Amino acid sequence: MATQQTRSLARFMMAPSVVLLLVWMIVPLAFTLWFSFQQYNPLNPMRDGFVGFSNYALFYSNPAFLQSILNTLTIVVSVLLITVIGGILLALLLDQPMWGQGIVRILVISPFFVMPPVAALVWKNMIMHPQYGVFADIARFFGGQPIDWFGQHPLLAIIIIVAWQWLPFATLILLTALQSLDGEQKEAAEMDGAGFISRFIYLTLPHMSRAITVVILIQTIFLLSVYAEILVTTNGGPGYASTNLPFLVYQKALLEFKIGQASAGGIIAVILANIVAFFAMRAVGKNLDK
Amino acid sequence: MARAVTTQHKTIATAAAWIVALLIFFPILYTIITSFKSEQEAIQGFNLFPSGTMESYSEVQAQNGYFKFFLNSVFLSVGSTVLALLVAIPAAWSMAFSPGKRTKDILMWMLSTKMMPAVAVLFPIYLIFRDTGLLDSRIGLMVMLMLINLPIVVWMLYTYFREIPGEILEAARMDGASLWNEIIYVLTPMAVPGIASTMLLNIILAWNEAFWTIRLTTTEAAPLTAFISSFSSPQGLFWAKLSAASTLAIAPILIMGWFSQKQLVRGLTFGAVK
Repeated sequence: MATQQTRSLARFMMAPSVVLLLVWMIVPLAFTLWFSFQQYNPLNPMRDGFVGFSNYALFYSNPAFLQSILNTLTIVVSVLLITVIGGILLALLLDQPMWGQGIVRILVISPFFVMPPVAALVWKNMIMHPQYGVFADIARFFGGQPIDWFGQHPLLAIIIIVAWQWLPFATLILLTALQSLDGEQKEAAEMDGAGFISRFIYLTLPHMSRAITVVILIQTIFLLSVYAEILVTTNGGPGYASTNLPFLVYQKALLEFKIGQASAGGIIAVILANIVAFFAMRAVGKNLDK
Repeated sequence: MARAVTTQHKTIATAAAWIVALLIFFPILYTIITSFKSEQEAIQGFNLFPSGTMESYSEVQAQNGYFKFFLNSVFLSVGSTVLALLVAIPAAWSMAFSPGKRTKDILMWMLSTKMMPAVAVLFPIYLIFRDTGLLDSRIGLMVMLMLINLPIVVWMLYTYFREIPGEILEAARMDGASLWNEIIYVLTPMAVPGIASTMLLNIILAWNEAFWTIRLTTTEAAPLTAFISSFSSPQGLFWAKLSAASTLAIAPILIMGWFSQKQLVRGLTFGAVK
């Protein structure tokens, strides 16, 4: 169908996007790779030079490094568990016939549109504050001791906030998938005497499997780089208790000016993201062939 | 659906769903309520009924110059989206209507750039911005946000364009329409709904972007994400003010979001779930 002319025109029209993304991906990444083998401190230019892998070794021997990787994975896995299981349950509930379904949907989806700094600060000050927060009010009402969330359970507090932001996303996508399930199939299963549980396991869950995969993959991309929520609540502390890999790299680069180490950390983050991306690409790619 | 629904079943489902929905929405609701309290009231314990003062709203503007940050957010999110559309529409068009052998690979590769962690390039970008004088400039940040969202824009447009039947375009070509006329009179009217949804979703994403907007700005180009983050330093308890600023910051995007639920699903799953 396409003539030679339209084909070269097509290439010409694609060029700006491709070139922009290529430059945007390669130039900074090349810089980072180069810096990761350098001793470079903008505050002390005397000691600059090539240092081989020692930045990686330094970053690796820093106790904060392992902790940050562990925290990163804890955030990703916990939030995924909460949002996927919670999302399935919520989608099942919202799929039931009810009054005011439209409004319920709007209320449930809303947290997703709240910008991360607002979400984090609202939770920090008005919900989880050990003195004036709503949780503290509830605890006192029942005669309990308010919990100092960000002092005692900083990582858990961040997980709760991030899960609150992403639960609506999972719910909305799983609900969309659920609603595309054929009503007649459901009815047939019901007629054959399948109970709610077996209907869910043999009919609904397989039908939603692709949507669940998509939710997991997309959330993982975003959850690997949680940043603003940590910045405005715990600032990574106490100690490194709530520092994830992106936050550690930010601290090294812009607060301590240890550019070499920060770059080594950045490269490690890229490798981590690539492992995830590998699986993500395969899943999304399959959809393209359809 | 012929399934009979008992009223009892419906009542229970309604009650359960409303309770859960209100719990999830509560932090937002409480923020809105607190924004109508005075600072005194805001820290006096749980209270759902504010005195209704607008004091915090006027103070946020008077003391912090709220409106400037708001305008920056509007400029950055709309500007970066329009810029991305200008670059992405031709690309998505050519991929959808004259796909080559490598079109799929290019699409996958574009998506992969979205997976690059921002921190990995934080320092180089910071240096480049500093040395070209782009730090704290609206134009620099606008280009940055455009680049971040470009893969999503191309993808979304591609999935919409792919649904336009190619035969119609061919028919137009047979009738002697030039390429330019083909785009203006045939493609555009069919593509506008898709472009509009793409635009909406991208404004939302750009508005809420909270890494580069915080790190690459100080005062002049700072949008609402950076402004709100400045409330994290514990210089005092300004909760009513924080609530007022937050309410204003999320209101426009919340309303836009409500209207774009369907497109959101489609856009954020790259067309995998519709």
